[in-house]
Amino acid sequence: MRIDGKGLIDRTKPVRFRFDGKDYAGYKGDTLASALLANDVRLVGRSFKYHRPRGVLTAGSEEPNALVEVIGAKNQTPNVRATVQEVFEGLVAQSQNRMGSLRFDLLAVNDYLAPFLSAGFYYKTFMWPRAFWEGLYEPLIRRAAGLGSLSGKHDEGVYEKAFAFCDVLVIGSGPAGLMAALTAGRSGADVILAEESHSLGGRLLSDGGVIGGLPAGEWVAQVVAELQALPNVRIMLRTTVTGAYDHGTYGALERVGLHKSARPNLPRECFWRIVAGHTVLAAGALERPVAFEDNDRPGIMMASAVRTYLNRYGVSPGKRVTLFANTDAARATARDLMAAGVTVAGIIDPRPDAFSVEDCPVHVGAEVIGTRGRLGLSAITVRKGAETFEIETDCLAMSGGWNPTIHLTCHMNGRPRWSEDLAAFVPMEGAVPGLVAVGAANGSMSTHGALATGHAAALRMVDALGRKVSIDLPAAEDAPYQLRALWAVEGKGRAWLDFANDVTTKDVKQAAQEGFRSVEHMKRYTTQGMAPDQGKNSNVAALAVLADATGRGIAETGVTTFRPPYVPVSIAAMGAGGRAEGFAPQRFLTSDQASRDRGAPMIEAGLWYRPSYFPKPGESTWREACDREVTMVRQAVGVADVSTLGKIDIQGKDAGRFLDFVYTNTFSTLPVGRVRYGLMLREDGMVLDDGTSARLGEGHYLMTTTTAAAGLVMRHLDFVHQAFCADWQVRFISVTESWAQFAVAGPKARALVNSFLETPVELPFMGVAPVRIGGVNARLFRISFSGEEGYEIAVPTRYGEALFRDLVARAETMGGGPYGMEALNVLRIEKGFITHAEIHGRVTAHDIGMEKMVSAKKNCIGKEAATRPGLWGPEREQLVGLKAAEAISAGAHLFVPGTEVHRETDQGYVTSVGWSPTEGAWLALGFLKDGRARIGQKVRLVDHLRGIDVICEVCNPVFHDPEGEKLRA
Amino acid sequence: MRLKCPLCGDRDRREFYYYGAEDYLHRPAEGAPLADWDNYLHLRDNPAGVTKDLWYHEQGCAQWLVVTRNTVTHEISGVELVAERKA
Amino acid sequence: MRYSGLKVITEGLFGNKGWTPAWRDPAPKAEYDAIIIGGGGHGLATAFYLAKNHGLTNIAVLEKSHIGSGNIGRNTTIVRANYFLPGNSEFYSHSLKLWEQMESELNYNVMHSQRGLINLFHSDGQRDAFVRRGNAMINQGDDAILLDREGVREHLPYLDFEQTRFPIYGGLLHPRGGSARHDAVAWGYARGADQRGVDLIQNCEVTGIDIANGKVVGVQTTRGAIRAKKVGIIVAGRSSQVAAMAGMRLPIESHILQAFVTEGLKPVINHVVSFGMGHFYISQSDKGGLVFGGDLDFYASYASRGNLPMVEHVMEAGMTLMPMIGRAKVLRSWGGIMDMSPDGSPIIDKTHIDGLFVDCGWNYGGFKAVPASGWCMAHLMATGESHEVAKMFRLDRFATGHLLDEEGTGSQHNLH
Repeated sequence: MRIDGKGLIDRTKPVRFRFDGKDYAGYKGDTLASALLANDVRLVGRSFKYHRPRGVLTAGSEEPNALVEVIGAKNQTPNVRATVQEVFEGLVAQSQNRMGSLRFDLLAVNDYLAPFLSAGFYYKTFMWPRAFWEGLYEPLIRRAAGLGSLSGKHDEGVYEKAFAFCDVLVIGSGPAGLMAALTAGRSGADVILAEESHSLGGRLLSDGGVIGGLPAGEWVAQVVAELQALPNVRIMLRTTVTGAYDHGTYGALERVGLHKSARPNLPRECFWRIVAGHTVLAAGALERPVAFEDNDRPGIMMASAVRTYLNRYGVSPGKRVTLFANTDAARATARDLMAAGVTVAGIIDPRPDAFSVEDCPVHVGAEVIGTRGRLGLSAITVRKGAETFEIETDCLAMSGGWNPTIHLTCHMNGRPRWSEDLAAFVPMEGAVPGLVAVGAANGSMSTHGALATGHAAALRMVDALGRKVSIDLPAAEDAPYQLRALWAVEGKGRAWLDFANDVTTKDVKQAAQEGFRSVEHMKRYTTQGMAPDQGKNSNVAALAVLADATGRGIAETGVTTFRPPYVPVSIAAMGAGGRAEGFAPQRFLTSDQASRDRGAPMIEAGLWYRPSYFPKPGESTWREACDREVTMVRQAVGVADVSTLGKIDIQGKDAGRFLDFVYTNTFSTLPVGRVRYGLMLREDGMVLDDGTSARLGEGHYLMTTTTAAAGLVMRHLDFVHQAFCADWQVRFISVTESWAQFAVAGPKARALVNSFLETPVELPFMGVAPVRIGGVNARLFRISFSGEEGYEIAVPTRYGEALFRDLVARAETMGGGPYGMEALNVLRIEKGFITHAEIHGRVTAHDIGMEKMVSAKKNCIGKEAATRPGLWGPEREQLVGLKAAEAISAGAHLFVPGTEVHRETDQGYVTSVGWSPTEGAWLALGFLKDGRARIGQKVRLVDHLRGIDVICEVCNPVFHDPEGEKLRA
Repeated sequence: MRLKCPLCGDRDRREFYYYGAEDYLHRPAEGAPLADWDNYLHLRDNPAGVTKDLWYHEQGCAQWLVVTRNTVTHEISGVELVAERKA
Repeated sequence: MRYSGLKVITEGLFGNKGWTPAWRDPAPKAEYDAIIIGGGGHGLATAFYLAKNHGLTNIAVLEKSHIGSGNIGRNTTIVRANYFLPGNSEFYSHSLKLWEQMESELNYNVMHSQRGLINLFHSDGQRDAFVRRGNAMINQGDDAILLDREGVREHLPYLDFEQTRFPIYGGLLHPRGGSARHDAVAWGYARGADQRGVDLIQNCEVTGIDIANGKVVGVQTTRGAIRAKKVGIIVAGRSSQVAAMAGMRLPIESHILQAFVTEGLKPVINHVVSFGMGHFYISQSDKGGLVFGGDLDFYASYASRGNLPMVEHVMEAGMTLMPMIGRAKVLRSWGGIMDMSPDGSPIIDKTHIDGLFVDCGWNYGGFKAVPASGWCMAHLMATGESHEVAKMFRLDRFATGHLLDEEGTGSQHNLH
């Protein structure tokens, strides 16, 4: 119910929203939880396993029960914390994890089966008959499990990622955080103040009090005004710091647009990577529940949450409230309620010596041992000594003390320290380098303690930054925090520890009984702490129950590890930018548009897009186009863009010597103006890459790599140079993107080339020369990847498109034209040229028949490791050609005809296949055991997956023009 | 994770490529026995603690770096250029 | 105690008071016939099969923390037999057969579910490589089906077939691939081993390996010296440290692999799906969480935690492949320490020290290997000979060049 005159909501701005099909009204500043409580809606969800009715437990992101689906116009978002989601006009939410309505959930039958669903029951059954697990039991379990639902539709929402840098990151804006931010901010340091909620102030907004003689609210307003005015301070509201990572890096999630009904130009969320010199953790503490029988009914809430709903949202969660708490501080909730005119039906304090005079009945030395109310609390049962009695109540505020919010301090494997005084874990100092925990997050529970520790930590950071600041510490209450630990009330029934995963004290005790005594075993066996709240509400109490059950102390029992993220983060936010084409860069050829203009389908080649083929009218399949293009190159002339090949410009006195070291063959003897094919090994003796290198001048080479290995080779060259010969006079740089390069191949290639050179040249095979084309300096190479007389022409990238269009136009007048990747592939298979389909990382120079290219006269990378015995001999699979009349396929395996087909008889496999219009046959390259010795024999090619079983002839891999006469023509 | 490149300064880990232990710098001499190559290419001390390993500032200055780093805490205590390393 | 549905019901009726410990908590004896260092999945399975297959029951498993505290407790639970190199093929095939009988063998429901694994491919070249793999699987006697794009769409209609950076050409479906409940595997083998008399000794860290005249004679532990003539090192994630106690230098570098789980969701992903261009794989657990992972963080580490660049890369891969998961929220991330070997394949072998055996180098494929690794390591320790399906997993294969490099990335540990 709404309480007049209370709260920080804007009562001038009513907001209408819908929950489970019913319309409600709230105010701007409300969360969904506060607005539902204001409308006396207590039942908001169903529990995970037993489908128990559940209501709001907390007022923060640690909420285990009030998880709802938010329904948007285009999609829905599951598992939204009603305690965090702000209401906005038109918000539509619905409850989740129910079969039927929220009030009549058919799966609530699980609650009656609870004795058979105790910890780990599923490990012990559902095993027979075997087929029933996947056929029956598992589908049933899967349907019942889970919480909210994804729609299955693509998430079209807008998300962002961003980097931020600061001197001091302050996490949390309660008294400790505000004081730290103000201290650091006044010093002039770059400060980021991150606050999870939608306004600054932390517990001060809920608890009030007096700071420096001012009401807390006014002090907050003053500090906030000053921080907002400081240009070096950045305030980030609705921002949860989710993880601590190495070297001062933090992850943070900002809920940018989730609180607005319309958000033009705003993302839903932004995931921040904040790099901070220093960090103040002022994230406060989380109040913890007490386990007693049926402590999970709607209406049973944390005492601090009740106080937050009253003071911050002007809502009383009940009309007759009771309080069950073991600290003096929690009494303030009852006092605030009474001052606001809400009936407090009783305070139950387990401490026999507790203060007993309040304006309501106080039962000291008493405990709550049971509750009533099917869909919401109606009464509690109290035990005091031998006496038990009932109190009618619709809201029980409970408190078992506080747990400092230490999570971030554990993200880098820091183990927290158990404090007997606080009966809680506190951060280990230095657990995250550069991070200092202050205030309640470090166990300083009073307002004074928060202000003082925040102030002191910031002063030390300011000093370390070489700055100065003068700031007084305002006076505030400094009441001691005293409690007597109370984890679980003795009783026979089920007492919940982990509300979200339905884990009770019985489950923990049973785990211990079955030998799951380590805290990690208990967690995994019972699933305690593995739910959406990650044990924020239950870890310490469960640990205490386990310690008790195993006769150990809490510190000795240990603690499970908190891991990022602190609050769950959407995949879309952390994956922002990855949608669709955003996942990887796109690289386009200068001829890209010209190719698309001709209708060429573009295919991915690494990050590049290359034309697959250039269709002509009347062609209905890619094969028709491919066959035509192959024949065109063999009979006339074809033009292809080969700019994706890596190009590395290498210069210096020792350039030749360097190439001799990285290639297996010799380049220092290559004459200027000539090109040589080179083979490069990895240091482990396997083929790394192949390509040609041209000698452009005495100390000037141009290396070409394959498209796939361009980056790899560059990195390799840098390593070899810097690690082994840094003193050699050689320097190199990638010029892949500086030059556009086109292959011109076919019997008419020379005529085409000479038709546009300013001065025609006669190049020998494997020659290179500078040329001029239309006033532009270009390079002409006579090299071929097709087996025909071939040239490659390189021009500065900006002339690429024009040259491509011109080359194609000229070629077409000669009966030629452009050719794509498909034809290029067939041409090179016909010629037996290898690509990374063949040099796939497991082949040696010997395997591909190039062992003679490994010079015996010099040292080179990979030469020695290639001599290992396992890399030689007839057991190795060697490169061969295969020829067949019927269709064959890459990926097929090879067998001796007439033998059985299984792993032991496997003789090799096929790497590349194409229909050769030139040979009129299917050709393939593949690897066959002792293959070179088997040329002329038959092998059986089997592709089970495509249903192919064909006898092939083993051939020399060079099918076309094996003597190379065409190349040298 | 951040690395201080001696040429470029404090940079995000995303700019760097990782190779492995600095063993790769100690290439056996020509004609060394195969056992030396096994040591060089495969066998590693792999300490849980301070190690030296090789990083490449691929999206920066293209320098290979020897980084002194703790494999348990990820603390970095030194970075030097491979090309200018001492010993 | 034998587990069954009936037992669950009768115990439930009587307040679940009758459950007994799943395993004993024995004190270490002075001497055993064999000692297994490491109470993870592989170590526990080895102990189980030593007892079951070879009748060797006077053995102890020494675990420095609690059993199952290593990578068996931190993985993405994928079970498959889809390797293509001889040496790996028969081993993982054998392992999958053991998975298929694990529940009855252990009397423990490890929730092994053969929901089908689909490896997506995104280019002609990738397709050919997967076809080669699929044919190898069938040659081995396992199952594989080639799906074209429409075939993939029938199984996985929620993928982004229209806009993704690397279009989906098709997929290789491995129907017998799937997932399991990882902790249960450790617990099942532990319980089975314990029932056969194996001493599982937790909180017992090995601090030294005693060797005399080239033979192993026992180990030093935080709970005293223990004698044994056979010792197996099965401590993936810490292999180099333990081997160093015997003066050995292993071909291993330790790396971090992160994994992620979301909050519980109603069933939405039924298969195990693997993205060929982004190193991203995902399945949904029986509890409803999406369990997924990607590649290594790529730097050597023992920190069991990762950093944001790989976290974000994995999420970006998920968003380009299946943007319907965008609103699922990541609940927890973790990092396992991987024994990365220079060819990406494991080692199960004798060492140069008589009686000392090593089982390590599982890279990030150790979970599915648990049963066969245990089976073969037990065979090796009991008979002194390598098991037929693990005979290629030799320690000296890097020196001799008899490599098992499925990725083809060579002698750089982190690339496998």
